[in-house]
Amino acid sequence: MASLPILSIVTFLPLVGAAMIFLIWEDSEIARRNVRYVALLTTVLTFIISLGIWVNFDNSQSGFQMVERVGWITEGGIAYHMGVDGISMLFVILTTFLMPFCILASWESISDRVREYMIAFLVLETLMIGVFCALDIVLFYVFFEAGLIPMFLIIGVWGGKRRVYASLKFFLYTLLGSVLMLLAIMAMYWQAKTTDIPQLMAFDFPANMQTWLWFAFFASFAVKMPMWPVHTWLPDAHVEAPTAGSVILAAILLKMGGYGFLRFSLPMFPLASADLAPLVFTLSIIAIIYTSLVALMQDDMKKLIAYSSVAHMGYVTMGIFAANTQGIQGGIYQMLAHGLVSGALFLCVGVVYDRMHTREIAAYGGLVNRMPKYAVVFLIFTMANVGLPGTAGFVGEFLTLLGAFQANTWVAILATTGVVLSAAYALYLYRRVIFGALEKETLKSILDLNAREKMTLYPLVVLVIFFGVYPAPVLDVTQASVDALITSYDAAIAGAVQTAAAN
Amino acid sequence: MEIAQIPNLALAAPEMWLAGGAMVLLMIGVFSGDGATRIVTGLSVALLVLAGVWLIWSPQMGMAFENAFIMDPFARLMKILVLIGSAVAIAMSVGFAKLENFSRFEYPILIVLATLGMLLMVSANDLIALYLGLEMQALSLYVVAAINRDSLRSTEAGLKYFVLGALSSGMLLYGASLIYGFTGHTNFAGIAEAMAEERTLGMIFGIVFILAGIAFKISAVPFHMWTPDVYEGAPTPVTAFFAAAPKVAAMAMLVRIVHEAFEPAAIDWRQIISFIAIASMVLGAFAAIGQSNIKRLMAYSSIGHMGFALVGLAAGTEEGVSGVVLYMLIYMVMTLGTFACILAMRRSDGMVEEISDLSGLSRTNPMMALMLTALMFSLAGIPPLAGFWAKYFVFLAAIQAELYILSVIGVLASVVGAFYYLRVVKTIWFDEPQSGFVPMAGELRLVLAASGIFTIFYVLVAGQLSQTATAAARSFF
Repeated sequence: MASLPILSIVTFLPLVGAAMIFLIWEDSEIARRNVRYVALLTTVLTFIISLGIWVNFDNSQSGFQMVERVGWITEGGIAYHMGVDGISMLFVILTTFLMPFCILASWESISDRVREYMIAFLVLETLMIGVFCALDIVLFYVFFEAGLIPMFLIIGVWGGKRRVYASLKFFLYTLLGSVLMLLAIMAMYWQAKTTDIPQLMAFDFPANMQTWLWFAFFASFAVKMPMWPVHTWLPDAHVEAPTAGSVILAAILLKMGGYGFLRFSLPMFPLASADLAPLVFTLSIIAIIYTSLVALMQDDMKKLIAYSSVAHMGYVTMGIFAANTQGIQGGIYQMLAHGLVSGALFLCVGVVYDRMHTREIAAYGGLVNRMPKYAVVFLIFTMANVGLPGTAGFVGEFLTLLGAFQANTWVAILATTGVVLSAAYALYLYRRVIFGALEKETLKSILDLNAREKMTLYPLVVLVIFFGVYPAPVLDVTQASVDALITSYDAAIAGAVQTAAAN
Repeated sequence: MEIAQIPNLALAAPEMWLAGGAMVLLMIGVFSGDGATRIVTGLSVALLVLAGVWLIWSPQMGMAFENAFIMDPFARLMKILVLIGSAVAIAMSVGFAKLENFSRFEYPILIVLATLGMLLMVSANDLIALYLGLEMQALSLYVVAAINRDSLRSTEAGLKYFVLGALSSGMLLYGASLIYGFTGHTNFAGIAEAMAEERTLGMIFGIVFILAGIAFKISAVPFHMWTPDVYEGAPTPVTAFFAAAPKVAAMAMLVRIVHEAFEPAAIDWRQIISFIAIASMVLGAFAAIGQSNIKRLMAYSSIGHMGFALVGLAAGTEEGVSGVVLYMLIYMVMTLGTFACILAMRRSDGMVEEISDLSGLSRTNPMMALMLTALMFSLAGIPPLAGFWAKYFVFLAAIQAELYILSVIGVLASVVGAFYYLRVVKTIWFDEPQSGFVPMAGELRLVLAASGIFTIFYVLVAGQLSQTATAAARSFF
């Protein structure tokens, strides 16, 4: 088993599926159906194989596992280097797990240019998995940036009314952040003479250089995350993207920012991270409180969930930069839980959008009368979004707050108000859409979940509750890597303090 | 009395082959009239291809003609690029010539002569040889720009190009005379030796004038004004030719003269190159936003790309030159592919040139749309496409040389530039389809496919090509 390049197989299998769809060169009803089945089969197969990564994963090791390394561009010191550790492994699984749902969610709602749509999604899957597996910083950048191309097309071709504006804003915003990171990567190469991530983690960058590099990486990840005040692309992109595009955006693409902080900012620039943690805390608090208030005022369902995503990512950044076990474990957990919950919420919006073709909250009301199953499912995800104990959302939020409390009590106190606010906007949304009398004529004939929708939503319900009451499978995986990260982080800071004292 | 040595003619075999071949083709053309255009065109491509094959197979390196002519790995690689660019440009004109009544046998011959000039430029190791090559190329290009003599725009383009080109040649010549006056040498090695001993203000003036003259040839800001008008006015196959091979040759000449002749004055010319690079990148990015004609867009795009290539030169290191070589290689492939698309923008009532004419191309011609999309993303510098790696290596060199401000401005300009490439992609994919184009000619399909596949699958050959570029760059260090 060890000799099989399982990470490369999982990464590039979707690309093989895309190539097969590319060869279906006609546009008939049968061809469209074949395209959908090929895409679904590919994503399911990728998920099943990716479970092999989890099965073979050794929880007690903190280093990278299932490593593959092939020389690539020797002139620039770049290698094709793949591997996963406790921090990245679960993101790979999350990606492969959500993709079949995205395909299913697009089954009927996408009837135009199905072939191109599925190709874009499969290419995107390859690039997303690659981001989490890459152990060469240039390889990481290639996957990270290349993901913009399919996402740009998904929003722009299959999006809503303002899709052109939203797709351009999404692309340029993200690109602007990333090019600065690219320059930082080059500076790191000349300093450390390597682009290998494990070697860069072990390398001690000079303190003042760390600050510059940290800001360059921050520019990229803060946009991707997104953190206040560079979050404005997200509501636009979310609102205009098709349902599956929103799911991928919220569940996976946003997590790349948090993953980047954990993979690069903390281990490579520990001194700068410690110095600038107050900045991150401040931005996180603003994100949590301000965007929650903004979410309260929205009359578009997708926009509301988008703002709530920004608020939830505030907890993640806060936890990560608290730089203790609870904070980072909580940050990772929060990202994974948010991946499931926000993805599920967008799927829920997709369900009613497919029926009514509007996302206006005012157009709904009293759905519980006609759609009881939908109401229950939506309630569970709403509660998970609020962070009700017993759902996956609670564990992450609680741990990040616990971590922040140790690092800075005030931060934790202010962030806790966000919990109340999230309950306010989520329940307010739920009341307006689901409860009340069913008065609108157009809603009188609305149908409850069909078999395909049940297939997409029920597994997510099970997982959200399972990981709410039993988080150990996830926390066990991340434990060793997070501990190693914190040990080296604390050692770097202690070393710097000693040097300063010696001077 | 010493008997003059017979120079090693094998070094200059491709040049002599082209010179002889062009004259034979001219005779064929003159004696058979316009009916021979097809034969002349085919034979011209064959001439260029054979010259390229000779270069690939003959490993001979060295100098000839009293050190005025040099053949090294750098020259070999750049010459091969130039020959490919010219051959493809001629091949792409075939369909256009048939449909647009543009059947003139002089056209391929002039391109062969221009190519001969370009090969001399690449190999020039002496100011006089450099000027000879440059003028040979430039005079052919002036004529080619105005070759469609019944078209007002084409003649205007030719005239504009000629007047400004003559001005720049004058500047270059004046700079050369200053350099000669202050160093007493025309040979690059001699100039470098004299400069190493003493650097005077006169020499700096000479460098400035020479660089200004060359900057005109690569259409770098502030000597770029002719580019949009000439690109738009000239017949499209001519524009495709202008955008590719001459840029490569002029860039190669610039790399050689600054590294061989002006090496001791590196501090001075690096500043000049840095300024030109910044100005070109920024202007290329901002000025293109307002364009609606795709040929003008490509003109500003090429200005911007020359700026990016110069970033590598501004570093003044082996890594920098390697980056420039790689940049020119990738740029040429992308440009030729894009122009293959532009040449295929033909409706039943003739050629169209507006970006809006591409709207909905993804429905009417999915294959062409896919390739053009890949080329646009690549020109914007998005990984994993070829254009990203071109930019990566020049900026890598700039960061090594600690040119941080230049790099930051450069990457920000690339984001602005991405906007107008995205606009083309948006037109192709997001807008409603119009009536489709007529089917693409075979030769254009071939060029587009080759260019698109190179762009998309560049990552597979990235290692080897970087090694080739570095080996070429080692010629100077």
